[in-house]
Amino acid sequence: MPFHLIPPSASTNAGDVDAIFWALTGLSVFILTIVFGPLTYFAVKYRRGSKADRTPPRLATWKFEVTWTIIPFIIGMGIFAWAADVFFHIETPPSNALEVDVVGKQWMWKLQHAEGNREINELHVPIGQPIKLTMTSQDVIHDFFIPAFRVKQDVVPGRYTTEWFTATKVGRYYIFCAQFCGTSHSSMIGWVDVMHPVDYQRWLVTTGQGETMATAGQRLFNQVGCSGCHGVSSKIHAPRLEGLYGGPVPLEGGQVVTADDKYIRDSILLPASQIAAGYQNLMPSFAGRLSEDEVMQLIAYIKSLASEPSPGSNP
Amino acid sequence: MSSVQETSGLAAESYLTEHTVGSWLLTTDHKRIAILYLVSIVFFFAIAAVAAAMMRVSLLWPDGRLVLPETYNKLFTIHGVLMVWFFLIPSIPAVLGNFVIPMMIGARDVAFPKLNLLSWYLFMLGGAFVVYSVIVGGVDTGWTFYTPYSTTFANPNVITMVAGVFVAGFGSILTGLNFIVTIHKMRAPGMTWFRLPLFIWSLYSTSLILVLATPVLAITLLAISVERIWGLGIFDPNLGGDPVLFQHMFWFYSHPAVYIMILPGMGVVSELITCFSRKKIFGYYFIAFSSVAIAVVGFLVWGHHMFVSSQSMYAGMVFSILSFIVAVPSAIKVFNWTATLYKGSITFETPMLYALAFIGLFTIGGLTGLFLAAMAVDVQLHDTYFVIAHFHYIMVGGMVTGFMGGLHYWWPKISGRMYPELLGRIAAVVTFVGFNLTFFPLFVLGYLGQPRRYHSYPPEFHIFHVLSTAGASILGIGYLMPLIYLVWSARYGERAPANPWGATGLEWRTPSPPPRDNFEETPLVTDDPYDYSAIEAELIDQTGLR
Repeated sequence: MPFHLIPPSASTNAGDVDAIFWALTGLSVFILTIVFGPLTYFAVKYRRGSKADRTPPRLATWKFEVTWTIIPFIIGMGIFAWAADVFFHIETPPSNALEVDVVGKQWMWKLQHAEGNREINELHVPIGQPIKLTMTSQDVIHDFFIPAFRVKQDVVPGRYTTEWFTATKVGRYYIFCAQFCGTSHSSMIGWVDVMHPVDYQRWLVTTGQGETMATAGQRLFNQVGCSGCHGVSSKIHAPRLEGLYGGPVPLEGGQVVTADDKYIRDSILLPASQIAAGYQNLMPSFAGRLSEDEVMQLIAYIKSLASEPSPGSNP
Repeated sequence: MSSVQETSGLAAESYLTEHTVGSWLLTTDHKRIAILYLVSIVFFFAIAAVAAAMMRVSLLWPDGRLVLPETYNKLFTIHGVLMVWFFLIPSIPAVLGNFVIPMMIGARDVAFPKLNLLSWYLFMLGGAFVVYSVIVGGVDTGWTFYTPYSTTFANPNVITMVAGVFVAGFGSILTGLNFIVTIHKMRAPGMTWFRLPLFIWSLYSTSLILVLATPVLAITLLAISVERIWGLGIFDPNLGGDPVLFQHMFWFYSHPAVYIMILPGMGVVSELITCFSRKKIFGYYFIAFSSVAIAVVGFLVWGHHMFVSSQSMYAGMVFSILSFIVAVPSAIKVFNWTATLYKGSITFETPMLYALAFIGLFTIGGLTGLFLAAMAVDVQLHDTYFVIAHFHYIMVGGMVTGFMGGLHYWWPKISGRMYPELLGRIAAVVTFVGFNLTFFPLFVLGYLGQPRRYHSYPPEFHIFHVLSTAGASILGIGYLMPLIYLVWSARYGERAPANPWGATGLEWRTPSPPPRDNFEETPLVTDDPYDYSAIEAELIDQTGLR
């Protein structure tokens, strides 16, 4: 039975997380010592029948109480701040990350790279390059957990969650689903293949689909009829999508939201929930007509329109 | 136990004298209700323990050969549901609390004896629902019932199981209410708040949680049923609902419930440490108020179960800092217990062994809680075996150990008989060893990344599961022994005197087993609690020993 006592450490985050982990382990050993040292000593020295001195101690007990209230509190706050700082780093993807979209379903992972390459239960990534995963689920809550990278994030239906990492060691590492998701939860295991950038480029070319996610989204945009209303030549009074992504959208009723992935997803699947100011609720829902990965392709397309000049006459 | 009917001069008419079925099932005596609870929770514990044993055997093989994945998922669900709601939550409060609270404060019964019996019937009705849902096919959601799995995907038995927990919850609420009123209104003359034993303080805090948190659980479970039956869309994202909302509602109850499952254990240990070291407890006020502090702050930390659930980072930060704060009162207790031993005159009877084991296991459980409260580390450890190990150190290492300690301590009072001391000590040591072997390897396993609720697992995790299963078989023996010798001793054990431990506290000033109304006349309290120096001085005079 081959085994390890510590998990492989293969991302830039891993060292930071492990440092706190081992500091806490050290602290725990220290506290166990200062509790069980005296406890054992007292238990032996003051066992019934021993000759120990038992004259009632004259102690200012409040000094003890204050000491063992304040010191644990300060240590706790220190660890809190340290761990929160690292957590913020883990949770905030850098802007130059390569993007991969992930859809979880009972009981597999479907992944698609921005370049268009699709994978199932495998994720090929280059070394030394931040990778950002945008994830959603088609059914129940899953969780994308890569122990070697010390990253984990629930994958929630109806939401997009993100996870990022920069791999540092070539190799194959587990992807576990960490949130119980039904009968075959424990078979929902995948692999991350960390490759040298050169190998990764070669992999991208050999497994390429011929179209990027954005172009796939564009094809879909015309195919399912989005372009009929939102297209450049449309005569219908519908919001134009050029320059939309990432900007503010005024809603009917005065609220202003940001046009992020979640907003676009909701606009496609639950269009009545947020009506852009100045428009009527005409759009049909595409719920049930588009799969989660197709919605993600459409988002990639709309995102690609972000840099195009928005039509000046916003009604 | 109903067969104990031999009479002695001391307890000619005890609460155990009558032994018809009706006298048990219609009793309003808090002591008899405690025994009804004891028998019931042992029954539920047995089912849940068998489920655990089947899981542990199945995990001996990386591909899980004993049971199918579907069965495995049902096993951990039934294990969790029964252990949490039908064993741990009622264990110390409804058994030991019911038995000793009125006696400790010098009362004849709880404030609402009939309500007390109703609590037990609700509890049993809830238990019947749960057992029924297992018999008709089981539920595979886990005890956490996370949506949308439980509402849209799992089988319909979810509704009966949820109904069982819902009904039993009302039993909890009524018990909590009963204890609060009893402690406020039924104290004997002279029993001021700061003369109350610390067990009372801890159960008072527990009762506050029972009354305030359990209704939220009821709402949450109702929401699941409503969603399932009418497809309301509270949690269904396809209808605009939010599955994560469920987690907030669930943990708003279930994190405080964790404290329902540890505060009473702390209360028992506070009694045992001071009694068996013959020393007044160190830091009475700090231990008392730390219980209240845990109960209050414990309501504000639920989001630490959700750092990676898609909850906002900033919300997570607040929950993390509060989780570190709630650890402080627990630390205060541990330090005060240790300090109590200083200059004591310590003996190591079975209850004391359990109390010392409690301090050790609870401290490890508490410290590993800090790992999980530290957000960055929780990212790695959340939903892994590390969490399993952590909460078993608290709930089994803490609460069950506390329960066993308390059960042995008050057993002479409950049954009127002594348990066999040597067997008791052996069982305590066996439990301690078995427990650590079962759960310590799981910390390593969790850090390595093995997720919880896995029927099968990669081969490199194998060794840790083998160790754990080996430990579980030892642990099983440790639990089986008391079951056998306690039942035996209820009939054949040596007769117990009124105060076998030379303990302070009103419950020891009445015969074992106590008369129906607990006290011949209402006691008058004139001393602070735990005045062991007075008892000791008397003893030294008699024996010359310290």
